[in-house]
Amino acid sequence: MLDSFWHWFVIIGSIANILACWWLLRWSAKTKVNQTSNNTTGHVWDEDLQELNNPLPRWWLGLFYISIVFALAYLFFYPGLGNYKGSLGWTQVSQLEENIAAAESEIAETQKFWNDYSNEDLATNRSVLETGKRIFANNCAMCHGSGGQGATGYPNLADADWQWGQNFDQLVDIITNGRTAAMMPWIASLGEDGVKEVSAYVRKLGGLEHDATTAEAGMAHYNKTCIGCHGPTGNGLQALGAPNLTDKYWLYGSDDETLYETIAKGRRGQMPAHKDLLNKYRIRAVTAYVMSLSKKPETDQANAKSN
Amino acid sequence: MQHETIEKNINLMAVLIVLVVSFAGIIEIVPLMTQKEVREPAPGIKPYTPLQQAGFDIYVREGCSNCHSQMIRPFRSEVERYGPYSVAGESVYDRPFQWGSKRTGPDLARVGGRYSDDWHRVHLMNPRNLVPESNMPGYPWLLENSLDPKLMETKIKALQMLGHPYSDDVFATIEKDFADKTEMDALIIYLQHKGTNLTGRTRND
Repeated sequence: MLDSFWHWFVIIGSIANILACWWLLRWSAKTKVNQTSNNTTGHVWDEDLQELNNPLPRWWLGLFYISIVFALAYLFFYPGLGNYKGSLGWTQVSQLEENIAAAESEIAETQKFWNDYSNEDLATNRSVLETGKRIFANNCAMCHGSGGQGATGYPNLADADWQWGQNFDQLVDIITNGRTAAMMPWIASLGEDGVKEVSAYVRKLGGLEHDATTAEAGMAHYNKTCIGCHGPTGNGLQALGAPNLTDKYWLYGSDDETLYETIAKGRRGQMPAHKDLLNKYRIRAVTAYVMSLSKKPETDQANAKSN
Repeated sequence: MQHETIEKNINLMAVLIVLVVSFAGIIEIVPLMTQKEVREPAPGIKPYTPLQQAGFDIYVREGCSNCHSQMIRPFRSEVERYGPYSVAGESVYDRPFQWGSKRTGPDLARVGGRYSDDWHRVHLMNPRNLVPESNMPGYPWLLENSLDPKLMETKIKALQMLGHPYSDDVFATIEKDFADKTEMDALIIYLQHKGTNLTGRTRND
C-alpha cells in the first residue's frame, strides 16, 4: 500500500502524462513549420540533405490515439493508479489461486478413480505410472537418480534390494513419513582394531575377500554389538533399516576403508518425509512408479548367474 | 520552442530525452520504494546470523545467481515445484538481493530443509556424484577454505550501519562459531535456512 501522498502522486502523474501525450499529438499536428515553396522544412544537412514537411499519415496518428484510449481503459479496469484496485478487482494472487483451484479440480477428477484402484491396479496403470514418473523426476531424482539407480549413500531403487520395506504400503509409509537410519559410531567402544576386525567379518558375511583370523576376531564383536540390528546371519532388519550384509548391494561401499568409516563413525542416512510436499494420491502414484523400477528377484538371479 | 533548436543542439536534446524518460521511472518505480511491504522484513525474516551471512557472501562470490534465481513467481507451475511464492520483504537483509531471472539450475528461494546437509556436501563437491545429468560445476575448494571471523565482524558492523538490527551480543560468539567451520559449512547453513520462514522445514540433521 502506498501512503496517500504517493497514491495521488502516481494518479496525477500517470493521468497528466497521458494527457500530455494527447496535447503533444494535437500540437504537433497543428503547428506549421516555416513553409517553403518546395514543401520542405527548410533544414539542410550535409550540403543538400533536406526534410519533407508532410503531415503524419492518418493511420499512424490514429494508432497514437488508440493507445491513449487503451491506456485509460486499462487503468480503469486493472490496478495501476496508486492504490486503486481497478473495476475488475484483478490481482496476480487471485489469478494464481484461480489457476491452482482449476488445476486441483482437474487433478482431483483424474485421481478420484485412483481411490478405487488396488495397489496392483495402480502399479500397472499406464497413466498412473506416467504421473508417478514426473513426480519422481521432480522430487526423488536428485538423490535416487533419474532412473532410480541411486548414488553412494542413496539407495538404488532399480534393483531388487530394499532398505526399509518392499511392499506397496510400506513404501507409501516410507515416502510419507521419511526415515532416518541410525548406524551408531562404534569407534569408542570397539577401538581401531575392533573396527578393523568387524569390517573383516562383515566382508566375510558379504562373501568378499577377507583375512580369516581378523574376521574370526571380528565375529565376537559382531555377536555383541551388531547382531541386534543386522541379525545373527547378517540378513539385516528392514524395520530398522539395517541393511542385509550378505547380499551384493553396498549402500556406502564395501572396501576396507569405507567399511571402516561406516563402522567407526556410523551413518545417518536420511529419507525426508514428503507428506507436506505431495498429497496421498501423488505419493501412491510415485510409489507405483518406484515399484515398477524395481527388477524382479528372478531377473537379478539370472543376471548374477550369467555374469 | 522551435523544432530546429532541439534538432540542431544534441546536448539540449539529450537532456530533454532524459527528462521525458525519467517520468516513467519517477511514477512507476520511486513510489514502490516507499512501500512498507518492500522496506520491512516479511514475517519470520530476521537478519542473517554471522554464519548464514558468511554463507550468503560465498553464494554471491561464487556467482550462484548466474544460474539460480531466488524468486518464485506467483504462477501455479512455480508454486507447485518450489513452494510458496516469494515476496519482496524476504530480501530486505540480502545485499545485494538474489532474485535473478536466469535459471540454468532450479530456483533456490525455498531450498532450505529440502535436502540433508550431507546431500549438499556431496553435491557441492561434484554434482554428478548425485545427479549424473547435472552441468553444475563442483566447488571442492569450499571444503579447504576456512572462515575469517575478523572480516565478519567488520561486515556485521557495516550491516548495522545500514540498519540491520543486530544486537552487539552477536560479536561475542563469531570467533567461536567460525572456529571449526569451512566455507562449505557456511554455505550449507545458509542454503538450509533459505525460505524456511514460510515452508517451516527445519534443517534435517
